[in-house]
Amino acid sequence: MSDTLLKISRLGKRFGGFVALDGIDLEVRRGERLGLIGPNGSGKSTLVNCISGVLRNETGSVTFDGQPLDRLATYQRTRLGIARSFQLPRPFRSMTVTQNLRIPLLYTVNARSTRRMTETAIAARCEELLRVVGLSAKADRRPRDLTQIEMRKLELARALAADPKLLIADESMAGLSHSEVDEILELLHSLITQGITVILIEHIMRAVMSFSERLVVLVAGKKIADGDPQEVIRHPEVERAYLGE
Amino acid sequence: MRNSTFWIWTAVFVAVIFALSRVVTNDYFFFAAYLVLQYIVLATAWNILGGYTGYVNFGVAGFFAAGAYCSVVLHKIWGPPIPVLILVGGVVAGLIGLCMGYLTLRIRGVFFGIATLALAIVIQTFITNWDYVGGSRGVYIIRPAQAPLVGSYIQYLYLIMLAMAGLSVAIARTIEHSTLGYGLATVRDDEQSAEASGVPTLRLKLISTTLSGALMGMAGAPLPYYVTYLDPASGFNLSYAVNAIAMPLIGGTSMWLGPVIGALLLGTIQQWATVTISSALNLLIVGALLVFFVVVAPNGILGLWEVRRRRRA
Repeated sequence: MSDTLLKISRLGKRFGGFVALDGIDLEVRRGERLGLIGPNGSGKSTLVNCISGVLRNETGSVTFDGQPLDRLATYQRTRLGIARSFQLPRPFRSMTVTQNLRIPLLYTVNARSTRRMTETAIAARCEELLRVVGLSAKADRRPRDLTQIEMRKLELARALAADPKLLIADESMAGLSHSEVDEILELLHSLITQGITVILIEHIMRAVMSFSERLVVLVAGKKIADGDPQEVIRHPEVERAYLGE
Repeated sequence: MRNSTFWIWTAVFVAVIFALSRVVTNDYFFFAAYLVLQYIVLATAWNILGGYTGYVNFGVAGFFAAGAYCSVVLHKIWGPPIPVLILVGGVVAGLIGLCMGYLTLRIRGVFFGIATLALAIVIQTFITNWDYVGGSRGVYIIRPAQAPLVGSYIQYLYLIMLAMAGLSVAIARTIEHSTLGYGLATVRDDEQSAEASGVPTLRLKLISTTLSGALMGMAGAPLPYYVTYLDPASGFNLSYAVNAIAMPLIGGTSMWLGPVIGALLLGTIQQWATVTISSALNLLIVGALLVFFVVVAPNGILGLWEVRRRRRA
């Protein structure tokens, strides 16, 4: 089994005349904690969308666990083991918190395995996930009854329910208080111990620096730095991108 | 509602309706009840795509008439029994639904609605210009006076529609409580999230359009025998689409019972108005009730009941 989980080669994406991604090369190792930063409009979300299949890349390729993803739909990529949370939480609003978690279990975990999960196993897994993210008390509530951090937790729990190999957390801490950010960070750290690879996209530098063992910086659709977080943030191009000339 | 409770209530409902048919001697009762039952099928079929999946279909009349005109074609070629006509009408309308799904399901909202309306117009134009099925002048179907075992032919049609209403409600309820039903609800709530959770949204939407179209076609298949004269104006009547949409909206789109309540309520009121005042009032009644429910209970009668239940709890 190769050490590389995700391999992105010469990835390119345009929106009309605007170049969103310009020949991105990136490799993510199994079990790695990768931070991805960049100013607004730098192409972070476009990159996530190209990995998860929401957008189709025009040039280059994405390989996950040795399998090319370019022709696969989003749901097929999820079933392969790529889960993501959204920048703005997108729960299934007509369903309760528990029902939200049932969906990936019914459609991803069951589809992956030849033995379908029983109702009891599904209920037990939902309970376990709710306990991990601290939403047990809200199991029967609808998303409209949740606070901002609870919504973020639901988003992460739903991604985890798909039993992923790679979790892409797209600004999971945006709008949260200092202590709430710590709560989410603790949760993300616990995933690493379960062997899940995490790509963290975040504007909160404190969170990115404390979480990431490797940092990648995108500016105007190009990767301008990749390496140890402490070294990367002192990189002249990164300083220029964030602080100006 | 538990499975056993549902089946007991369904059996009781069907038994009562069936018993009524043995007691009532006035044929008009069967004419009127047939229409109400037909609307239960149409509203339930519409709700599978519109309510469960969140795709509003304005082309109900197209699917309904496709089933009806399939029966006309088969009647002219061979004259098979009505259950066969229903099966063929369902298959043809289901295929139309599948094709419509492939062509239109990458669009949603108002654009999808317009596309379904356009489909109905295309089918209507085709039928209007097809001489074999009577074209714009219409076609007469002479139905037998008696049906085996049942007696009056209109009673036979009524019993067939009763069985179809039961079948369509059972299908809708089964879907609602199945993995498919959960998947359709995710499509309605948020397609991107659904895909990210592993839901094959396109496949589910195609199942939904096919099933919904098939049930509408099945509802339309006995129509030529019911009306005995079928022309495009009656086959593609605006009232089918308006009622099929209004009934679930008034009853509530969140579960199978909504379209049934809506169809029973609106269908009965319309029949009463037809007899006591004028059938010209039917669409006015639908419009007035829709406005009332949009203002007072946007989630329909079931939504209203749910709110009251939560307040009590």
